Amino acid sequence: MTDNYDVALVGAGHNGLVCATYLARAGKKVLVLEANTEPGGCAATREFAPGYSVSACAQWLNQLHPTVARDLALENHGLQWAARELASISLDVDGQHLTQRGDYVEGGNITAADSAAFRKFHAKTTRYAKLLARAFEARAPKLVESNLTDRLTLIKLGLGLKMMGRDDMSDLMRIILINMYDVMEENFDNAQLKGLLSLDSLLGSHMGPRTPSTVFGYLYRRVGEVFGHAGHAQVKGGMGALGQAMAASARAAGVEIRLSSAVASIDVDAGRVTGVTLADGEKISAGIVVSNADPITTFERLVGLRNLETDTARRVSQIRCTGGTAKLHLALNGLPVFTGLQERQLGQRLVIAPDMNYIERAFNAVKYKEYSTAPALDISIPTVHDAGLAPAGAHVLSAIVQFAPYAPQGGWEAHRETFTQLVVECIARYAPGIEQQIVASELLTPADLERDYGMTGGHWHHGELGMDQVLMMRPFPGATQYNAAFDGLYLCGAGAHPGGGVMGLAGRNAAREIIKRGAAA
Amino acid sequence: MTTGSDDTMMLTTPFHSRIAAACELNSWGDWMGYTTPNAYTDVELEYFAVRNAAGVFDLTPMNKYRITGTDAEAYLNRLVTRDVSKIGIGRVGYTVWCDEAGQVMDDGTIFHLAENDYRICAYARATDWLHWSALGFDVTIEDETAEVAALAVQGPTSCAALTAMGLVGLDQLKPFGLTEFDFEGEPLVVSRTGFTGDLGYELWIAPHKAEALWDRLFESGEPYLIKPFGTHALEMARIEAGFLQAGVDFMPAEEVVRNGRSRSPFELGLGWLVDMDKSVFNGRRALQQELARGSRYRFAILDVDGNKPANHSFILKGNKQVGTVTSAAWCPTAKSNVAFAQIEMPYGAVGEELVAEIYYQRELHWTRVLAPCKVIDAPVFSHPRRRATPPGNF
Ligand SMILES: Cc1cc2nc3c(=O)[nH]c(=O)nc-3n(C[C@H](O)[C@H](O)[C@H](O)COP(=O)(O)OP(=O)(O)OC[C@H]3O[C@@H](n4cnc5c(N)ncnc54)[C@H](O)[C@@H]3O)c2cc1C
Repeated sequence: MTDNYDVALVGAGHNGLVCATYLARAGKKVLVLEANTEPGGCAATREFAPGYSVSACAQWLNQLHPTVARDLALENHGLQWAARELASISLDVDGQHLTQRGDYVEGGNITAADSAAFRKFHAKTTRYAKLLARAFEARAPKLVESNLTDRLTLIKLGLGLKMMGRDDMSDLMRIILINMYDVMEENFDNAQLKGLLSLDSLLGSHMGPRTPSTVFGYLYRRVGEVFGHAGHAQVKGGMGALGQAMAASARAAGVEIRLSSAVASIDVDAGRVTGVTLADGEKISAGIVVSNADPITTFERLVGLRNLETDTARRVSQIRCTGGTAKLHLALNGLPVFTGLQERQLGQRLVIAPDMNYIERAFNAVKYKEYSTAPALDISIPTVHDAGLAPAGAHVLSAIVQFAPYAPQGGWEAHRETFTQLVVECIARYAPGIEQQIVASELLTPADLERDYGMTGGHWHHGELGMDQVLMMRPFPGATQYNAAFDGLYLCGAGAHPGGGVMGLAGRNAAREIIKRGAAA
Repeated sequence: MTTGSDDTMMLTTPFHSRIAAACELNSWGDWMGYTTPNAYTDVELEYFAVRNAAGVFDLTPMNKYRITGTDAEAYLNRLVTRDVSKIGIGRVGYTVWCDEAGQVMDDGTIFHLAENDYRICAYARATDWLHWSALGFDVTIEDETAEVAALAVQGPTSCAALTAMGLVGLDQLKPFGLTEFDFEGEPLVVSRTGFTGDLGYELWIAPHKAEALWDRLFESGEPYLIKPFGTHALEMARIEAGFLQAGVDFMPAEEVVRNGRSRSPFELGLGWLVDMDKSVFNGRRALQQELARGSRYRFAILDVDGNKPANHSFILKGNKQVGTVTSAAWCPTAKSNVAFAQIEMPYGAVGEELVAEIYYQRELHWTRVLAPCKVIDAPVFSHPRRRATPPGNF
């Protein structure tokens, strides 16, 4: 039995570190226990070949909440930017690339009518995203028996809706439940633009453009712009450097962080958490246990379904959390050449999603547990802005790959080579000759992501971002205000409201809830 | 189980041929989809058979689930409010189970048949709930409702009648005990349980032996004045004995549509079935909060003045309506007019005097009676033979 802590926090993902920092500042004695050797969770830098490093999961910083960044004083704790305000370039095989940033779009044979329509669409969806942003900054209201705080949140949401005006309100209510494909068809002609925006709506999800909830997914991503991110940013040293900066900030606030300390169980007795037991058997007692691990890991593996009441066990078992996102890392002996791209454009966000049906077909495969033969990609060549990630003159390329199944027929080892080859060929259609530049490669499948970063199903959001699993339904009814199942047990990760992405709000909101409950926590 | 050829969708039990023959009044009711006799000849006579001789009741429609596997005890312990580890092999326990809001879903009995082998008898269909509850447990759940035929034999001569049928040594079986006999080569499980508050047993057997069991029972029971009884007589007996009826005295939480219409065990006077020392069980968190915050209702047994049963009455304190009656009956043996009521807190403590607003009709003429009543501390019928082992020869 070790020292008594007020709070034992499972997982040093960015949300865990944010939560720990706020709690420590509020006077709590906090111990963070992380299974991995580095802090940051999915905010990680990975050396995948000697001398070559990339951001392992998250590669773009485009959602981090400004209050979190300011409160944690990340720049004082070592955070440096390699690049900011990067544009998204939707690649075209023939070099007719389309560039988008904010409400501005050019190239790709876009018509004046489409650019104007996009400006309008962007303005309208910004208003919707603002409404979501407000909802994300507070705990989600409860569905029933709302108390005053919750009612205020609901009123604000309702007022927000009303303030938007009747047209906006009814339009939002209409589109939020349909799908990105239909909304894109209503608004634009340009196939590349529709492809790019659709990909934004479903990155990290197990959804195609025609899947309901994708409009929410799009607005979810756009919340980053409301938080002040004009475009995508790249962290110097890879996303792991953000994890390190957050860990430094947490330690400065008095948080104790123990790495390589996997938690084997969250211990409960008579309706309360009592602490945690580590994989090596060590018991740590704490009156509050906060879990940054995903809800399925937390409740099924750490608490155990048999320690939950039936309703909770049932809801946990029904969480949709199958990842469909893989990551490809290439070590290159030089800067690749993309048809029709200037060298200075190589540092932007490069997207392969030429049209919506391309993405939908890519998604079809994963529905049947197969990988896409023509996947959609979100590519970063971070060495353009941050040479330190590779040996001199060499480069790394990192691609978020939609879609790859969690468990393909026959197991991943039977497919790893073929799929890697296939994704490389897909890139090579836009960057002929890139195959010859490859000195090493690594494919992280959803199963690999689960193994290395601990999220169930390898899911980007720790649980699908569907309308049935967001806001007052996240991660499941009865657990929507961070506390769930036991007195003293809290969730603070991407699986909780508002969801995933390197945003920090789940961690901040959870900390605020715990602090607000005070002794009652 | 098949339906008859008379175009009914109702199920019949394996005793149906015998029951139909005995049911002179041809008065039938619906118990969970099964045709069941309301009364055979005369409700009062059937009731008196239970209290003065032996009555036989077909309880086959009771939902029966078999729970087996290495986690059976742990599973049941998480499911119900009682500590199941205290129900030894060969014992039966009465319990309730709750949803996460701490509201009673049902009451029933758990039979500990053998190691890792239990049967749970329930009022409501519970297949889905039992299966959901199995997440994380190594158990097998089987619906045995149609695979086990069951008869209750209740009343002072029940032991003697059953002994005469060949169940030698039955007099040694303690209340809530469970034993097994051979019946024509088929196992016959007998438990000393029942719903009448009297000396009594329940017999559990494979359906193909049901008719033979009925015939033998009535043959050997004749000298002991054995008689079949229907649900109406049972109703009188169970009210007299203070037993709650699911669906009548409380709404199973899963069937409730309107907010606030379900009840917690504490609100039903069943707090003694709740073991807060157990670390986890369904409803625990909510019940803990209820203990801290106080309950909304109190279950009360009322002794009502006069002889008009207070069915569906409002209960008043002065001019204020503080409760409603869920069950009521004139109880012949105890010679008292009993009502079960749901009383709003803080009213309804033992000894409190209240008023029942009773409406009754004679020849299309409605009369309203304000009958004084008093909260009593125990059921009106309680006989030592219910608990004595051996029960004595009546
Ligand atoms: C391939 C991929 C690409 C992505 N790209 C982007 C992007 O470009 N931009 C963006 O904003 N977001 C991106 N995301 C999403 C983003 O990375 C995550 O949503 C976010 O990092 C989640 O943060 P978190 O703190 O909630 O959880 P995590 O970062 O998952 O942290 C959870 C931590 O808990 C630890 N843990 C789990 N179980 C235990 C245990 N039993 N004991 C101890 N520790 C435990 C884990 O090791 C981990 O460190 C991407 C995700 C993936 C998978």
